[in-house]
Amino acid sequence: MSRADHRLSWPVAMARHALLLAGSGLMLLPFVWMISLSLKPPEEIFRSSFSLLPQHWYVIENYAKALTAAALPRYMANGVLVCASILALQILICAPCAYALAKLEFAGRDLLFRLVLVGLLIPHQVLAVPLFILGYRVGLLNSYAALIFPFVVSPFGIFLFRQFFRSIPDEIVHAARLDGLSELAIVWRIMLPMAMPTIVAFSILSVVAHWNDLFWPLIAVKSPKLMPPALGVVIFRGGEASTEYGPLMAGAVLVILPLVLAFIVVQRWFIEGLTSTSLK
Amino acid sequence: MSAVNAPSYDASSRQPDGIRQVRALPRRRPGEVFAAVALAGPAMALLLVLFILPVVAIVAVAVTDWQFGTRSLNFIGLANFRAIFADDIFLASLRNTAIYVSIVMPGTVLGGLAIALLIESGDSLRGFYRAIHFLPFMATLAAMATVWEALLHPTIGLVNNTFAAVGLPTANWLRDETTVLPVLAVIGIWQNLGFAMVLFLAGLKSIPQDLYDAADIDGADQWLDRLITVTLPMLGPIAMFVVVVVALRAFEAFDTVQILTQGGPGHASELLLHTLYRESFEFLRAGYGAAITVVFLVIAITLTLIQARLIDKRVHYQ
Repeated sequence: MSRADHRLSWPVAMARHALLLAGSGLMLLPFVWMISLSLKPPEEIFRSSFSLLPQHWYVIENYAKALTAAALPRYMANGVLVCASILALQILICAPCAYALAKLEFAGRDLLFRLVLVGLLIPHQVLAVPLFILGYRVGLLNSYAALIFPFVVSPFGIFLFRQFFRSIPDEIVHAARLDGLSELAIVWRIMLPMAMPTIVAFSILSVVAHWNDLFWPLIAVKSPKLMPPALGVVIFRGGEASTEYGPLMAGAVLVILPLVLAFIVVQRWFIEGLTSTSLK
Repeated sequence: MSAVNAPSYDASSRQPDGIRQVRALPRRRPGEVFAAVALAGPAMALLLVLFILPVVAIVAVAVTDWQFGTRSLNFIGLANFRAIFADDIFLASLRNTAIYVSIVMPGTVLGGLAIALLIESGDSLRGFYRAIHFLPFMATLAAMATVWEALLHPTIGLVNNTFAAVGLPTANWLRDETTVLPVLAVIGIWQNLGFAMVLFLAGLKSIPQDLYDAADIDGADQWLDRLITVTLPMLGPIAMFVVVVVALRAFEAFDTVQILTQGGPGHASELLLHTLYRESFEFLRAGYGAAITVVFLVIAITLTLIQARLIDKRVHYQ
């Protein structure tokens, strides 16, 4: 904004738009192609001439097939259930812990915080084999619980909430205590409402990560009834002959649609949430 | 992450008014210990069971001959590590991962920087360009991988048809040993570029206007002068950070390999995380898979520690 006191001369401004439009075109190409194929009948897909729009519209056939043959609504419902459960449990478990680390005095606090930092270092894929064995022993595998349990505690969530709670003045905590609030009530009724921006940022990261996750669902569930969207697409592609591009692309459109729509509506939150959580 | 090296908990402001203290005295309020156990206990227990113990377990499995379903367990030292480092497929996977990261990382960082600079250099359509370039980062990669497969299809794919029309060489991109890894890297760049871009945009916003004013007075009033004297030097720390974050993301690439190539043809696109998955969950070679996991963990932790160090630096600059 402030840098705009150097007004661009119009050839420079045109060059800027030309370059950015070219970049945008490359970024959007797979999306455009996906939508284009999802509208076409098989014979037009296999004709090697280029056209964006179909001669014979095949929308209903392709999307109906994606919705019926592939149990796509089921995958998406699974995705909503799994993402919502993970997020709710993460906040339920991480926020009180973050409050204790930020605002309470107790022996071993530094040690616990170190444990959280160690957790931050570990890429989740490393845990797959032990968690698989744990899930097997406890009899959790191939269930919704299997998709959820590895993620119920998030070291990153604890870290993020702790950073925010530390920025809240101690006087607010003291005042709440004088009013007779329990520590748990302080977390839910004072701290979390103030932490809304952090909650939004963390929620976006969590939901995007788990809606898109393929690695753990591939390990944790075998039954198609339980599969989340990313794994569902893979099964759909493998199950049908992979020449059925029309329905497959229709399925891909439907799987990415919820996040893309959410992103378009609240773009600011996504980008600000992502940058603030990456850099702090 | 700045707290990693700065364990100061501003103890003086923590106690109620009137109780001045020099040093943090634990358990001034006896109730706090109880509250802390109640509030932090569940998270800490889960952290132990779901993070810390599994890491211990994977290291333990890596140095024993344990297999899925067996009860016997013998210490065999580094035998599993000797085995993986004598295995051509693992070595190919390690080499491919290095190549993949060394294409995706500079491609993503330079591309993201260029787009961020272009967006920031003017006023119009900023939000629009930012959103479009960020879109691939949001979209489910598993779904988009199937789209890339259609784009790269040898006979009906848009890529080959376009290349043929303008006289460029065509190929069976995902089935050719020489093209498969670069093509996966292009998809990696496409997916991560917007992420690097938003980090750079945040970095550009944090450059104080004073510096540009000062550069103006010193006669650096051309766009290129300002870029070289102010923008790029000020972006240095954040650029280092973006380099490591993107390297880490590239290092953890999995979905495109699993869906598009399964590591083929002839292990030409075998990447570390895919090898880890195959050995552990398809071939069920527990000790072998665990040794690969430990190698993966060591590299990832090294990158993350560098990243944490860089964030600390950045904080000091401000």
